[in-house]
Amino acid sequence: MAAPIPGSTHECEGSMASVKAVSSAAPLALRIVAECPVSKARACTLTLPHCAVSTPVFMPVGTQGTLKGITVDQLEDLDCQICLGNTYHLGMRPGPELIEKADGLHGFMKWNRNLLTDSGGFQMVSLVELSEVTEEGVTFRSPYDGKEILLTPEQSIAIQNSLGSDIMMQLDDVVSSTVKGPRVEEAMHRSVRWLDRCIAANKNPDRQNLFAIIQGGLDAKLRKACLDEMTKRDVPGFAIGGLSGGEEKDDFWKMVTLSTEHLPREKPRYLMGVGYALDLVVCVALGCDMFDCVFPTRTARFGSALVPWGSLQLKQKQYAKDFQPIDPDCQCPTCRRHSRAYLHALFKSDTAAMHHITIHNISYQLTLMRSVRQSIIEQRFPEFVKAFMKRMFPSREQYPSWAVEALQSVNICVC
Amino acid sequence: MRLELSRAVQGCRLGLLTGLGNTGQHSLEVPGCLLYTCCATVPHLTQDTLHTLRDLPSVTQVSVDMYFAVHHMLMVSYAGLHDTVLFCSLHDSANSIPAGHVTNKTVSVWGSGGRIELTAARFMAIQAAIQPDFYQSMADGETWQAGTSRKRVRKAVDRTLAHLDECLVLHQKTQELKQSEIFGVVEGGDILEERLRSARETAKRPVGGFVLDGFHSAAMDQDVRVQLIKATSAELPQEKPRLVLGVGRPDEVISCVEAGVDLFESFFPFQVTERGCALSFNYNIDPDPETAGTSTPTVLEFNGEMPAVKKLNSNGDENMTPYEMNLKDKRYHDDFRPLVEGCSCYCCKKHMRSYVHHLLVTNELLGGVLLMLHNMAHYLGFFKSLREAITSDRLQDFKNRVLHCREGD
Repeated sequence: MAAPIPGSTHECEGSMASVKAVSSAAPLALRIVAECPVSKARACTLTLPHCAVSTPVFMPVGTQGTLKGITVDQLEDLDCQICLGNTYHLGMRPGPELIEKADGLHGFMKWNRNLLTDSGGFQMVSLVELSEVTEEGVTFRSPYDGKEILLTPEQSIAIQNSLGSDIMMQLDDVVSSTVKGPRVEEAMHRSVRWLDRCIAANKNPDRQNLFAIIQGGLDAKLRKACLDEMTKRDVPGFAIGGLSGGEEKDDFWKMVTLSTEHLPREKPRYLMGVGYALDLVVCVALGCDMFDCVFPTRTARFGSALVPWGSLQLKQKQYAKDFQPIDPDCQCPTCRRHSRAYLHALFKSDTAAMHHITIHNISYQLTLMRSVRQSIIEQRFPEFVKAFMKRMFPSREQYPSWAVEALQSVNICVC
Repeated sequence: MRLELSRAVQGCRLGLLTGLGNTGQHSLEVPGCLLYTCCATVPHLTQDTLHTLRDLPSVTQVSVDMYFAVHHMLMVSYAGLHDTVLFCSLHDSANSIPAGHVTNKTVSVWGSGGRIELTAARFMAIQAAIQPDFYQSMADGETWQAGTSRKRVRKAVDRTLAHLDECLVLHQKTQELKQSEIFGVVEGGDILEERLRSARETAKRPVGGFVLDGFHSAAMDQDVRVQLIKATSAELPQEKPRLVLGVGRPDEVISCVEAGVDLFESFFPFQVTERGCALSFNYNIDPDPETAGTSTPTVLEFNGEMPAVKKLNSNGDENMTPYEMNLKDKRYHDDFRPLVEGCSCYCCKKHMRSYVHHLLVTNELLGGVLLMLHNMAHYLGFFKSLREAITSDRLQDFKNRVLHCREGD
């Protein structure tokens, strides 16, 4: 296997004893290493059962217990410290009993670092037709055998307990951010009640961290009410949910910053479903620590390689004779060995093409976060943001206005 | 290129093909297999995963169609193959070739844009561009269909010889091929006389070695193949290597080695991978005394009798051989053992049957990666054991082990 990326902050000997735990029994500790004096950005070390994680962090998504075509060794070599598994998919196949027998998801996929599992709620609502939410839970029809299934907060936690993830998510009543009206409020209140049920159902509070998910849609009042309620609960971390679902970016960032404003400083903030480079940088400025998104790995399989100035659609003819690597400055195994032309050609004949781009895209995301972190530690995060914007967009006129405003709101002026 | 034979035992030739590569530093043990690639890449694998395999063959196989899939330059340079030895075949044995596109002067290959017709001149221009260390001459091998007429077989032999002569002339004139060796191709279908004629005539030409064509697994009966290869082999100079195309099953490999073949392609592990199977036959004739009798058996032995070929598992591919296990089968759902006990490939050291089964059932890309690693490792191990068995005069034990072994449970 290739040597680990040089210069990375390879903090993988987490020592639970040496850092004060956040909650009385929680297997999580957050140490704030540096804070940006200008914005709300912070650089932390998050100690979890399997190893320490440097934040801000991007967590790749390995839906079915695999990060698509790449091996766990390759993922480790990219210095990934935490990735995701999906409760819904794994709960269907191969099922929690089998995974528990195999020593949890870590034992099943042989990943020795951290795992975060979601609750299964989002997939059910987004992937499955005719799902119905009641106070009890979410009822839906299994796409595999047509049977009706009810997923309750207790069951979601039970599955996640079997999976043995380091961080588990509460089952929340997920409502699309484009929905307005009383349903949003109902979902917010229900999510609070479901949080309590999830906390009660967690069999392993000593080794699995349960995160709450702040809801409230795009309504500031509802969000604030949710924040007030959920922060009363002694959970090791908070996620900001119900966003990144097609809402206007102008509304999106305001809810993010409102949320971080009212979340405790000494606990991690996880913004769910955010993964585009610009969004990551802006939301770090707004005070978020953790991110996940299928985008980088999904887009890789379509031949799209992420670069600091956008993306390259490698299947396009223009790359057939382009002998540069994807990014001459990138140190990932793909860029160190292969050209755009090679990858372009390989897409026509072998699945390995997707693996190469997946490796590159994950490397891109992780490297971006590492650079962000380093800039915060070195007290030059605002300069980093300005340079990032300049690289990403051909001219200032093209900077998305929502991003400019969001950054302005935390005193970073990019215009 | 030099073939140094150290011994010949029961028809099997054992030795070393040396003087390979730019600097002549590389060598390949014989009998052995080449490294099969699709467009100069081992299917499913990147450099990192490929290099978890130990003792990779020093010779990589590419085929002429690769030239039309991609600019040859970047294949060789950027696939990371600069320091390898290249053998170029006409076709890719893992893909079946549509019949009926051979003429007196041309053969056809298929690229991403469709069918491409090659004259000897065009064929040689491609070789000059690829600059393989050795390559097969252009040939008409379309004699594999059942009931190919004598006339058609004779034509194949004639055309192939004519192509060889034309290629040889061009080879001598081509600066870029000064360091390359051209191998003559022996045709003749299933007709002994034609095989002999083709062999004798080809042997008269100044070729570096011989490619035995038209013996593909689908083309003929095992016994017929063995007879024909033995007879062909007797007509060929002992000191030049013989490579057979299209043969990959372990039993067929063994019988070809006994008939005088030195080199094989390794498309077979790839085909096994594509059907979601893992090679599982036992080829160890010296089981570890410490674990013998206590480890999970992967061999079923029925009082010395040959067991009947096991019925295919559910979801079995009709091409599945008795040498593999079908990982898509439900029985592996909660089987926490490695694919093959004692295998040292990345997949077996790290993962279990249950996980690979899950990957296949959910159509995850990693399934192909892990199976390819295991199947290549297993296949290379088979060849290594074969060589050891010949060296230590234990070929019969080896044959008993491999041929009487069926899919483990």
